[in-house]
Amino acid sequence: MSEITYREGLRRALHDAMAEDQTVIVLGEDVAAAGGAFKVTDGLLERFGEDRVLDTPISEQAIIGAAIGAAAQGLRPVAEVMFADFAATCFDGIANQLPKYRYMTGGQVSVPAVVRMANGAGGGYAAQHSQSVENWFLNVPGLKVATPARPADAYGLLRAAIDDPDPVLVFEHKGLYNAKEEVGELRRVELGKAAVVRSGTDLTVVASQQMLHRALEAAAGLAAEGIEATVIDPRTVAPLDVATVLGSVEATNRLLVVQESPAAGSWGATLVAEVSEQAFELFDAPPRLLSGEATPIPYAASLESHWLPSVERIADAVRAVVEF
Amino acid sequence: MSGLPEVEEQLDWLRSMHLIRGFEDEVNAFFAKGLVRGSTHLCQGQEAVSVGACRALAEQDTMTCTYRGHGAVLAKGAPLDRTFAEILGRAGGLCGGKGGSMHLTDTSVGAFGSFAVIGAHLPIANGLALGGRLLGRDSVSLCFFGDGTANIGAFHEALNLAAIWKLPVVFVCENNLYGEYTAIAKTTPIDALADRADSYGMAKARIDGNDVGVVYDTVTDAADRARSGGGPSLIEAMTYRHKGHSRSDPAAYRPDGELESWLEWDPILLHERALGEQGVAEATLGEIGTAAAAAVATARDRALSWPEPDAATRLEDVYA
Ligand SMILES: Cc1ncc(C[n+]2csc(CCOP(=O)(O)OP(=O)(O)O)c2C)c(N)n1
Ligand SMILES: [Mg+2]
Repeated sequence: MSEITYREGLRRALHDAMAEDQTVIVLGEDVAAAGGAFKVTDGLLERFGEDRVLDTPISEQAIIGAAIGAAAQGLRPVAEVMFADFAATCFDGIANQLPKYRYMTGGQVSVPAVVRMANGAGGGYAAQHSQSVENWFLNVPGLKVATPARPADAYGLLRAAIDDPDPVLVFEHKGLYNAKEEVGELRRVELGKAAVVRSGTDLTVVASQQMLHRALEAAAGLAAEGIEATVIDPRTVAPLDVATVLGSVEATNRLLVVQESPAAGSWGATLVAEVSEQAFELFDAPPRLLSGEATPIPYAASLESHWLPSVERIADAVRAVVEF
Repeated sequence: MSGLPEVEEQLDWLRSMHLIRGFEDEVNAFFAKGLVRGSTHLCQGQEAVSVGACRALAEQDTMTCTYRGHGAVLAKGAPLDRTFAEILGRAGGLCGGKGGSMHLTDTSVGAFGSFAVIGAHLPIANGLALGGRLLGRDSVSLCFFGDGTANIGAFHEALNLAAIWKLPVVFVCENNLYGEYTAIAKTTPIDALADRADSYGMAKARIDGNDVGVVYDTVTDAADRARSGGGPSLIEAMTYRHKGHSRSDPAAYRPDGELESWLEWDPILLHERALGEQGVAEATLGEIGTAAAAAVATARDRALSWPEPDAATRLEDVYA
């Protein structure tokens, strides 16, 4: 066992994938000489050289396009888009080209590309550097979407994403890069499999990324009040592991989903809808979705702290669902 | 060339550059004390571009800039105290604490925004120009951006559109030699970014961006041309940021001696020298610096005394 950070988990995944497979390359703004804006690619240039670790100009459309074309030729490119908010500048590449190339060509072209980017509010980066935008891409069949919350999963999901024959978006979280975890041997984590992180009989809480950590903290506090929560990390939001959640709700009969993004058109809303549709009779209380507010993300501490679901608000929501 | 204005006005440029320098030094200190959230991008060393260009504008003209736009917004006339307050996330801030360091905006003085997604505002600057023209405002749209921005698609789309529609836009590229941690030469195959204007049949100039008089003169000509229907211009102002890209970037990627040589080409020093040559006494120059420092301190203390925004305000301004 050893302790690693989330950043280290990601970095090792890139390192191990590149060491094992010559076709894996990394490209993006400041990923090579500077080691990445969030230092995830630190040391890769020195180890693998400038043919495989490529600094680009500030040109997101060109980055995604190059990743798509290189993948079609048989490489396994890992493109970095830095702050996930910037995905909007290369939306066509991600939403129209990457996921449709195989289908439109009747299966002739494979695009085993990975796009990494950083989600995350709470740091005072304001409206254009704080969003969690995995939901922008949920409505695009052909994409897989991973949202790691913990170091070992960061490693395992990124390895699986690079192995995958199809495009995978990996959303990291700025607030978690320094999060630590004791890990054993690092392994790939299958895309589409949720993790039951805590077991309890009173309700099922599903939460991702920063909200997973807050939900676990809330659950620890609620245990003192006699409320025992199961806490599930979806790990990938496309595919979304509805079966694991359903299995848990069969035992707890109550569901709370917590996510950082606004509610509309989100994986949380999809999950509540799916579980309700498939197992309406299971519920002892209406399933509930707790989300970031439906406004752009404000800068000031006194505003942003209200915008994000806090440990206290998660605990309140748990109580409301349990006491219904 | 339009030539330099009266010495009085040139003294005001010096005042403005001192205010910006002092402001940024305070923001740096705030950051060290944990009073600035997220990131902050300082413009010490680039003051002459902000001041020279904004002073060449008329009252009805608009200005858009980047996250490194504290100087531009102040030069366009935003009040020091409310600008400090925005960066501190206080209720009296320019944007009520919603925008912060990267989104300083004061439309009452024509500062139509600081944009933090690279390239986003060049097309918007075109729209400000188009709107001004159709509404008969006789306005020019000044648009600041960095050297690294010349490589994003929006730059090319915006310059082309501005050229074919002969929009009254003055594009000012602040070439500080780096985009984040990478030298512009590593990401761009040509030396003079101003030459990109040729592809769009647009007027161009490559100038010393640390010489406030040269910036003023060049932007005055470009604004005159824009206003009289002659179309847009691309001005590349060569300059240097004294600090790292953002907050704690120690700028270790800079070659030895580079900063030192640019410090000798400091825009404030250069302008003081120019004023001295025009006969302004050293004491007068000194007084301007001292008065600016006092004004910055007063504005800082006022902003620090203001409360945080009421939590309920976060739900306002999403829609009209
Ligand atoms: C679309 C987009 N990609 C990347 C970034 C991250 N980023 C912020 S500043 C910057 C460098 C910009 O360089 P330049 O245009 O030269 O402006 P400077 O910071 O030097 O003023 C980058 C890459 C961003 N904000 N937006
Ligand atoms: Mg630059």
